[in-house]
Amino acid sequence: MAINAKTLNETEFFYGHKACAGCGGSLAVRIALKVLGENAVAVLPAGCMSAVGFNFPQLCFGNNAIISTFAGTASMLTGVEAGLRAQGITDFHAVGFAGDGGTAICYDNEAYMNTGIQKSSLTPFGARTTTTPAGKNIRGNLRPKKNLFEIVAAHGIPYAATASVGYLNDFMRKVEKAKNIRGTKYIHVLAPCPTGWGVKTDETVEIAKEVVDCGLWYLAEYENGEFTLNRRPKEFSDVSAYLRRQSRFKHLTDEDIEIITRSRDEKWEFINQNFK
Amino acid sequence: MKPYLRDFVPTSYDDIPKATAYEAGYLVTKNAGWRNARPVLDETKCIGCLNCYLYCPDGVIFREDSKIGIDYDFCKGCGICSKICKLKAIKMEAEK
Repeated sequence: MAINAKTLNETEFFYGHKACAGCGGSLAVRIALKVLGENAVAVLPAGCMSAVGFNFPQLCFGNNAIISTFAGTASMLTGVEAGLRAQGITDFHAVGFAGDGGTAICYDNEAYMNTGIQKSSLTPFGARTTTTPAGKNIRGNLRPKKNLFEIVAAHGIPYAATASVGYLNDFMRKVEKAKNIRGTKYIHVLAPCPTGWGVKTDETVEIAKEVVDCGLWYLAEYENGEFTLNRRPKEFSDVSAYLRRQSRFKHLTDEDIEIITRSRDEKWEFINQNFK
Repeated sequence: MKPYLRDFVPTSYDDIPKATAYEAGYLVTKNAGWRNARPVLDETKCIGCLNCYLYCPDGVIFREDSKIGIDYDFCKGCGICSKICKLKAIKMEAEK
């Protein structure tokens, strides 16, 4: 049976955390852990989710969880896996939750949010962050968002996918699928940050849907060397409506939005040619 | 195991373990003080679709009878539940 709100494990494994109200990243972690169950061993590098989950003595994970070094999520995951296997334990799921630039489950909020909104390599073109401010000469981030999903897939791992917290049924299905595959799996879940994006706390889920509907994000899977698109919007919703409602994009000119729309169309041309 | 509130709050060095490990799910503070508005359920409208429970970033909405309950100790009042509810069964009311 497909996993949904009614069949999902009712136990909460990420509770009482100190994430901002309306945090998309905490929603992604909460749902992923509910799918993986109590035998999940979570590794979290320095980032929002470790900052909000471990405020000693307030420890918000109900399962085993540990903070890794910033770039060490993957190596610590490997160590957890090897250590448990050496003890003869097989009934577990080692899972990493890294922000933009990590392994296993990447909750992508499009900047380094926990340190105060600095540009990451997943910050989209035109977005204002504290290290890419919008002024007279420079209008936010100059570089396009890095294509992490396809970069990871290029390693030929058994399973990689993209998701959004706006479409949780799709995300849950992917976590469930990854749970039952042996080897390295990677899920890139877009998780809006009301604080960094400049939207209201109750708009997180709505905007996570809208980014998929306007074509600036896509839901896809990589398996057996093939890319599959999971959701094809019949008609894209308005890109400028999506951008204009966020204060990080409010400085953009019509030409900037034109550039973003054009790059979206190029991306979809590629998707249409290469994805099933 | 769902993390839950404990009575004992470690305060001195002697209370803190020397190793890096500590009990999972050990909560000592509530998040209720963060809230400006509280979600209030209209039970006559709720059909128990559980969408609010699914999309709550803090997991404070839970199944209760055929409808839902809300743990106000940990709700931060973000309002996602109220927005996601198609039947408009959850209203945000200002905290006094």
